[in-house]
Amino acid sequence: MRLPRHAWAILPVAVLLGLVVLFAVGLRHDPRLVPSPLIGKPAPAFELRQLGTQTIHRRDDLLGRPVLVNFFASWCAACRDEHPLLMELSRRGVEIIGMDYKDTDADGERWLRLHGNPYRTVLADPEGRAGLDWGVYGVPETYVLDAQGIIVYKQIGPLDAQTWRDTIAPLLAAVPAQGR
Amino acid sequence: MRELTRMRTWLRAVLLALCAVGGVHAQHEDLTPEQAQRYQKLVNELRCLVCQNQSIADSNAPLAADLRDQVYVQIRAGRSDAEISAYVTERYGDFVLYRPPFKPATWLLWIGPFALLLLALGIALTFARRRTRGAKAVRADADQLRRLLEEDGQGDRR
Repeated sequence: MRLPRHAWAILPVAVLLGLVVLFAVGLRHDPRLVPSPLIGKPAPAFELRQLGTQTIHRRDDLLGRPVLVNFFASWCAACRDEHPLLMELSRRGVEIIGMDYKDTDADGERWLRLHGNPYRTVLADPEGRAGLDWGVYGVPETYVLDAQGIIVYKQIGPLDAQTWRDTIAPLLAAVPAQGR
Repeated sequence: MRELTRMRTWLRAVLLALCAVGGVHAQHEDLTPEQAQRYQKLVNELRCLVCQNQSIADSNAPLAADLRDQVYVQIRAGRSDAEISAYVTERYGDFVLYRPPFKPATWLLWIGPFALLLLALGIALTFARRRTRGAKAVRADADQLRRLLEEDGQGDRR
């Protein structure tokens, strides 16, 4: 390579700038957020009892309209943080399915009585088997499903108003609501 | 002196107890030795997502326990290592594998270090060659100068 002598002086600066860009991107990335391989795929099948009853619900009961599937638990502190937002969304007509993860029916019901119930249906996942199939690794986690039951987004950790406004609401608006 | 011996005995008991606690979840006595070996290998190659940088073998997180149970149940059900790995990655992604697969998304991860090494070698070679070329030029200059001086000297003698 025949470069003018000064061209080589730029090299260290270029390398440094490259590193700065790399760090700027890399350090802002939260390593605790593991992207779900389920995005763009059909939601995993499940067969769960409705909380406090013996009624069985399946994955196909979610089809036909976009829904949020929210994994929560009465023992989960961060679930309290997102709860007011879920209440607000349910008042606005957003359909939310609750998955009471690794919890007892009694504790789950008491928690919902205490803080309010934003869910259309609450399903019990006492052993976390459905959670395992859905790739849940810490509550709260929220999945956005389109009308065909395809997972279009996954929120790890508490849902916040900004994520709702900037990411999830546009996704739901883009999803044609079938059968309504 | 007796005090010290007593303390040593006590310390040994505590350490033994700690070891016992650490080994609690490794007891699956109904596995064949070959199955137990596969179990150990698998749980050591799967990353715990809650407490990252720990394998599910090392982690006490409930999710790690669930995944260990799954590995155990599926080994007993006769599923292969590849099937069990696929089961976990379908749910949690390649991130759970401490040894990620070689595919387009991980090319940079696998080839990156070698590519960087090659690049560094290339740059080093270029510099080294330039320096020898420079040295050669200096040597050529010196030879020429000596020749000129010699010619000059001969001229003086004449």
